[in-house]
Amino acid sequence: MITTLLYSLTGLILFGMGLFTLIIHSHPLRKILAINVMASGVFLILIATAYTPLGQGEIDPVPHAMVLTGIVVSVSVTALALILACRVQETSNRTLRKKTKQPKNTKGPKS
Amino acid sequence: MNSGQLLLLSILLSSFIPGIIIFCLPEENHRLRTLLNLCGSIVKISLILVMNVGIYYGHVFEIRIPLIPGVELLLNGDPLSALFATLSSVLWLLTTIYAVGYLEGSPNRSHFFGYFSLCVTVTIGIALAGNLVTFLLFYEMLTLTTYPLVIHRGTEKSLRAGRNYLIYAFGGGAVFLVAVVWLQTIVGPMDFSAAGFSPSYIDSHGPVLSLIFCLLIIGVGVKAALVPLHGWLPQAMVAPAPVSALLHAVAVVKAGAFGIIRIVLDVFGAQNLLLLGVLPLLAGVATVTILYGSVRALQQDDLKKRLAYSTISQVSYIALGMSMVDQPLAVIGGLVHLVHQGLMKITLFFCAGNLAETLGIHRISEMRGVARRMPLTMAAFSIAALGMIGIPPTVGFISKWYLGLGGLAAGNWWLLLVLVVSSLLNAWYFLPILIKAWFGKQQGEWPAEIAIGRFETRLMLLVPPLVTAVIVLVAGLVANAQISPLAWVRFIVQGYTL
Amino acid sequence: MIFLADSPSWMITPVILPLIAGLLCFLFSRRTFVIALITALINLFVACLLIYQLLVFGTIRYYIGGWRPPIGISLRTDGPALLMLLMTAVTGLAITLYARGYFSYRIADPVRGSRHQHQQRYFWPLWMLLLAGLNGLFLSGDIFNLYVTLELIGISAASLAALSGKPASQRASFRYLLISLLGSLTYLLGIVFFYRTCGVLDLGVLQNTAINEPGIRAALALLTVGLLLKTALVPLHFWLPPAHANALAPVSVILSALVVKGSFYLLFRFWFELFAPIVTTSALNFMGTLGAIAILWGGIQAIRQQRLKLMVAYSTVSQLGYLFIAFPLSRTLTGVPVWSAVIFIALTHACAKSAMFMAAGNVYLHLGHDRIRNLDGVRASLPITVFAYGIAGVSLMGLPPSGAFIAKWMLLTSSIDSSQWWWALVIMAGSLLAMVYVFRVMSHFFVIPKRESLKETTPLSPLLEWPALILALIALFLSLLAPWLLHILSQGSTGLAQLFPGGLP
Repeated sequence: MITTLLYSLTGLILFGMGLFTLIIHSHPLRKILAINVMASGVFLILIATAYTPLGQGEIDPVPHAMVLTGIVVSVSVTALALILACRVQETSNRTLRKKTKQPKNTKGPKS
Repeated sequence: MNSGQLLLLSILLSSFIPGIIIFCLPEENHRLRTLLNLCGSIVKISLILVMNVGIYYGHVFEIRIPLIPGVELLLNGDPLSALFATLSSVLWLLTTIYAVGYLEGSPNRSHFFGYFSLCVTVTIGIALAGNLVTFLLFYEMLTLTTYPLVIHRGTEKSLRAGRNYLIYAFGGGAVFLVAVVWLQTIVGPMDFSAAGFSPSYIDSHGPVLSLIFCLLIIGVGVKAALVPLHGWLPQAMVAPAPVSALLHAVAVVKAGAFGIIRIVLDVFGAQNLLLLGVLPLLAGVATVTILYGSVRALQQDDLKKRLAYSTISQVSYIALGMSMVDQPLAVIGGLVHLVHQGLMKITLFFCAGNLAETLGIHRISEMRGVARRMPLTMAAFSIAALGMIGIPPTVGFISKWYLGLGGLAAGNWWLLLVLVVSSLLNAWYFLPILIKAWFGKQQGEWPAEIAIGRFETRLMLLVPPLVTAVIVLVAGLVANAQISPLAWVRFIVQGYTL
Repeated sequence: MIFLADSPSWMITPVILPLIAGLLCFLFSRRTFVIALITALINLFVACLLIYQLLVFGTIRYYIGGWRPPIGISLRTDGPALLMLLMTAVTGLAITLYARGYFSYRIADPVRGSRHQHQQRYFWPLWMLLLAGLNGLFLSGDIFNLYVTLELIGISAASLAALSGKPASQRASFRYLLISLLGSLTYLLGIVFFYRTCGVLDLGVLQNTAINEPGIRAALALLTVGLLLKTALVPLHFWLPPAHANALAPVSVILSALVVKGSFYLLFRFWFELFAPIVTTSALNFMGTLGAIAILWGGIQAIRQQRLKLMVAYSTVSQLGYLFIAFPLSRTLTGVPVWSAVIFIALTHACAKSAMFMAAGNVYLHLGHDRIRNLDGVRASLPITVFAYGIAGVSLMGLPPSGAFIAKWMLLTSSIDSSQWWWALVIMAGSLLAMVYVFRVMSHFFVIPKRESLKETTPLSPLLEWPALILALIALFLSLLAPWLLHILSQGSTGLAQLFPGGLP
């Protein structure tokens, strides 16, 4: 019982830490990592839950299935978020470069 | 669906379908558009006449569409709705003819006539509405369909007028909706009926019901241009003349006045209103509006603006008549003024439009000697103006006569005073125009004269005001005949126990 | 034939079919529109068929693979779910047609054609996946399965929002993705708490087990916060306007009309069915207050916007508020259940807002910008679009005979009946604000420009204008369907029936 509680508490703390980072930090990569930490926290609580409801040492399979699904979802979402973050970075860099180059550009094509 | 329901539906569709077709027509297809318009309005008038006969002989015309429990759409032909529907459809025909002449060669005509037809459909819907929800539905739709007409010219000024119109109208609509819902939570769903709701509610909810009455009157008073809710009307004068005619005589202001009649007679009922004691309030507002409108009209040099303020003043006679709901004679005077004011005011606007269109005259100071240039137009104008003042044998006299009789019967001496003062004011702002036009000397050129063929102006512009002016005279002369607005109003009042 | 029509297996179609179509669209990039159109048509057909089944047999459950809960996953139909499904199917069909017109128009552009070709290749599979997610959301009877559909919706919606490729839209969609993930994770945590206390995931089994325990209360709070983030209720709305306004026009339509409704629908069912016994009046009032703030704040912001699409997006924020005003009023019932107002608002808003975003998209295509100041004279060149915009605006204002009028009527009745005046005032103020922002744009459409300032453009195809007009007309005349909709709504939703022991109308 106490072990379960410990795991659950750790999960909650992880969730809280992730949430904190997500709100405080502005760097996209940090935000993505924060989301992942939060997800791990939730999974941890779920795994801990698997032990409790039936009691008598039996393991409830449903939370495991949920965690597996959750991990799959989380991996794919992370991939998407990373790609989007890269794109944002790229386009903002490009526009930044365009802006700095602009005075040169106006002369460029003519020469 | 029985034949009565079919009749009601075709009355609505007879202008709705032409309207939709006109929207789809190409701009150049002038002839087909005019044909559709005229056919639609003639079919509509004949259908309404058929309905009137049916109503006279006691047939029931009713379409009921339940929406949710307690809310249903109800179209219902009763004598009162027949009065308004007949007025609107006849004036619509004349206004359409006038508009065809007026807008000849101007852009966006299919757009204009499309909304014009929709607008009349909605007005007939208001006339036929059988309960407050249906009334509200068409009342809001009226705002929407008239808005494009008000801003038809697309100029900065007309847009500003349109914006104010919307704010006033939808503000009023919102107040009206709240009042309708509130009333329904107290007295339950009800149709328009001669008796109003049961007087037993007055003991339990008296003050609240008085408040609801005020809210309802505010809601319709915006369109009826009761002071201080009249601000939009003079501004809306930027619209083309047929639209002004529509706003003042056929649809918008009339819809507001009709709403006041419905609320007083069919929602609350005479007995309940007397018990609640809110009628002096209505009488006060009507009096203030009558006097204020007349005084403001005096100060205007712009002809259309003077007419606009005159409308504000004249429409309140209807409210004044309703405020003495216990006096059948006063009610007759108010009801019949709905028709009479429409006939007179539309004549005046047609004539003002003719002057502006043919000679470019917009101001009263430019009107010296105009009667020699346009005698027929000015003759029509004079008849209507004399009617407004209340000189026999025009229809205006009939309205004022009955209102005065009602006031006397109730012992309301101040009412007679109001009538006399307002008639004097009417004379004060109309007679100088007539004198200038008939006896003044033309000074220099007309502002913007257009040379037009045989008549003093285009035939389509000339015929409608002449027709309405003749009606103004004839309806006054034969007021006691079997078929006249007055006779029909008497028939309406028979249905109420006042 | 009759046997086929009665089979409960139809219920799986709205989920599986778009999923397959999404994959097919990805594989056969030449035939995407045909695949999507067939899917949308079948989807609409099945939605109607399911409603027929509901009316004949009542609520039906379908156990996927024959596995019963608590192990298996179940799908179930009832009135509210099927109405949402129908709404999605109808708007979905219109969106499919509109998107076709939109991309054809853009691809014909000689300069940027290839980029739009590229966008189109990704649009169709993602749209199909999103459709699958939405349908799954409405039909799922399993609280964890709902999480999966939420994620599916979130991922595909964020990717769709990023399609336009502009830096602003990419930033907005990245933020959208993060918010959506945060929402789903909070939702998942709520499920964990729930499962710890109740030990089941199936909504049908859960129906009567909601008890007033700390775990359940925490679960409700977490589920609510997660879903509110996705529904963009003020003050959690900040991500919505940029994401909706910067996306491609068909994507804006999808996001504004359908996606926010999905999460709201869940919230609504949780509050009024699953957790109904433990929801307190103060909680309902709190939600109502947020809704009221949303109505006013969204309306004021919409009036202040300089760009048409942003204005429409803020109008969504405002309209979502109406959905929440119904919460505190749900307890005071006279005759008509107030929560059915929610369905009417949702349906009207889905149709009207789609039409409005389509119209805004058309204006953008036509003029190349959507600055409200410079919209003069659009009416002359795009009459159908302007008409659609106007009718949609009327529906948003809640004028009769639109569906929103029915909703407004119910809400007003309830608030006056229970002497809760402030809600009535907020509702009316909201419609007046809507009037201002709708007609501010409308009056620009009507201006007759001084000189022929409009440049020559290719005329818009009927596929761009007619879907907008038809959706707007549906929204406007929705109240005439009210008796029929209420009849469907009253079918087989047990929790709602409990709330209204007198029976539904």
